[in-house]
Amino acid sequence: MALEVMAQAEGPIPLNVAFRVEPGELVALVGPSGSGKSTLLRTIAGLWTPQAARVTVGGSVWLDSAAGINLPPHQRHLGMVFQSYALFPHMTAAANVMAAMPARPKAENRAEAQRLLALVNLASLGARYPAELSGGQQQRVAVARALARNPQVLLLDEPFSAVDRATREGLYAEISALRGSLNMPVVLVTHDIAEAQLLADRMVVIEAGQMLRDGTTAEVMFDPTVLRAMGIRDAGSALQARIAAQEEDGLTRLETAAGPIWLPRVDGAIGTAVRVRIMAHEVILSRNRPEGLSALNILPVTVHAVMQGDGPGVLVECRAGDAPLLVRITRRSAIGLGLAPGVSCYAILKSMSVARDQVGLASVI
Amino acid sequence: MDWVSLLLSLRLAGWTVAILLPVAVFAGRFLAYRSFAGKGLVEALVMLPLVLPPTVLGFYLLVSLGARSPIGQGWQALFGGPLVFTFPGLLIASVIFNLPFAIQPSQRGFESIPVALREAAACCGMSPLRALWRVELPLAWPGLMTAMALTFAHTLGEFGIVLMVGGSIPGQTKTIAISIYDKVQGFDMTGAAVMSATLLAISLVTIWLTFWLSARLGRRLS
Repeated sequence: MALEVMAQAEGPIPLNVAFRVEPGELVALVGPSGSGKSTLLRTIAGLWTPQAARVTVGGSVWLDSAAGINLPPHQRHLGMVFQSYALFPHMTAAANVMAAMPARPKAENRAEAQRLLALVNLASLGARYPAELSGGQQQRVAVARALARNPQVLLLDEPFSAVDRATREGLYAEISALRGSLNMPVVLVTHDIAEAQLLADRMVVIEAGQMLRDGTTAEVMFDPTVLRAMGIRDAGSALQARIAAQEEDGLTRLETAAGPIWLPRVDGAIGTAVRVRIMAHEVILSRNRPEGLSALNILPVTVHAVMQGDGPGVLVECRAGDAPLLVRITRRSAIGLGLAPGVSCYAILKSMSVARDQVGLASVI
Repeated sequence: MDWVSLLLSLRLAGWTVAILLPVAVFAGRFLAYRSFAGKGLVEALVMLPLVLPPTVLGFYLLVSLGARSPIGQGWQALFGGPLVFTFPGLLIASVIFNLPFAIQPSQRGFESIPVALREAAACCGMSPLRALWRVELPLAWPGLMTAMALTFAHTLGEFGIVLMVGGSIPGQTKTIAISIYDKVQGFDMTGAAVMSATLLAISLVTIWLTFWLSARLGRRLS
């Protein structure tokens, strides 16, 4: 059952957004803080009601201001992971998960809680209180609790913002792995475009309450308006890849549409699909195939478009095979190399320039 | 030792706590979560018994519960007797003068619950009543416990209002505080000393028990 959202408000946060999330699809609501993306999530959950809004899931109407329908949050069949996790501090992890379950025989609920905790790799910590868990563990309990209702919609409100980088990396993998077993629409709110690119199927970009763009991650990331709003520094492309070999010197060989690339160890079995985020400013372009270079990854690409910015830089959209690759270089270099649509050249990527938290397990295998 | 007065005081304190517990939960919760026009005035009214001289409050209660008042006449019509100088009248007075002791700590208790936890309860599918039972009450419990302990101990010790509204009828309205006063008036210093010490001990144990339980609960949550 698809989730459909329409929200309009004049204040306190002006809103004018409409989007749709298919079952099993993960849509990221992306935007700077204060853009209204959390307000939108709260509208879906019923924790906030804008002047004019409509929220439907499949055939059931949760909110329709025109028809005077507004279900309270507890009657909307959803799971929500809060930014602060909001675990009940007086309940154990297992009891937190059970708190979201319908009234059933206790043994049944206990078994189901155990299954959900195992799903987020916390099988042995069910008896702990939230205060005895690390931030990452609390987040996973919150995810298990959100799933405990067997929700029709899963809402994630900046769920990775309160943990450190190393923990986040593990949690990304966990969420991606979990995706396979989720068949409801998932909405992720984040201000981190890299996070959205690694995890989401589609992005809805919001700025000052207005929808800038709704499209696949690739489409959105090549949209200059979006890049201007989100900050050009975060520009990058997500490359679909598959783990081909774990090599002896600590590198992992990945098979991509553009050919093989080598990155520092990416955990996973051979054949695992991953998504690698390549920052646009980390890529070097060369007209000739360079020789005697330390960089391991040299991919033949074709220039697809050159986008002029206001500053000294340009964004070059290349195609490596059929995979889009975004490169940010100076205008001077672009002119010097004579870059124009159709020109062939080589994209050079240092293995070491891809940080571990820029590699996520691909959700679609 | 005036056992009748002590028992009466304990009975009065017990009933006051029993009546004020639901009042504290609902009024405290309402004041903690809602903001409305005139909230400050309501909070001030609740606090009033704390600052008024007991005789002033006692006077107003005597007048408003007395035989010529609508409340007094209604009671007379229903139960065939006066309200003032009886145990029920004393209980009504006790409930009123304990309002600040019951509501204030309860309000603080509910205020200490992060909004996100209440929202999480709703998003877990809990109805408001279930969220109150499963999430809010356990978390506001230290505040509620303080409210009940203060109410209990304060009822045992109240003197002025009890004298104004209840008089000093043994077994009916003569509480231990008044009995102590009577003993002193009758130069029975030994009796007054024994009863004072008993009252002191009961009050101390009540408050200490509350603090101990609150601290134990607080340790588990932090």
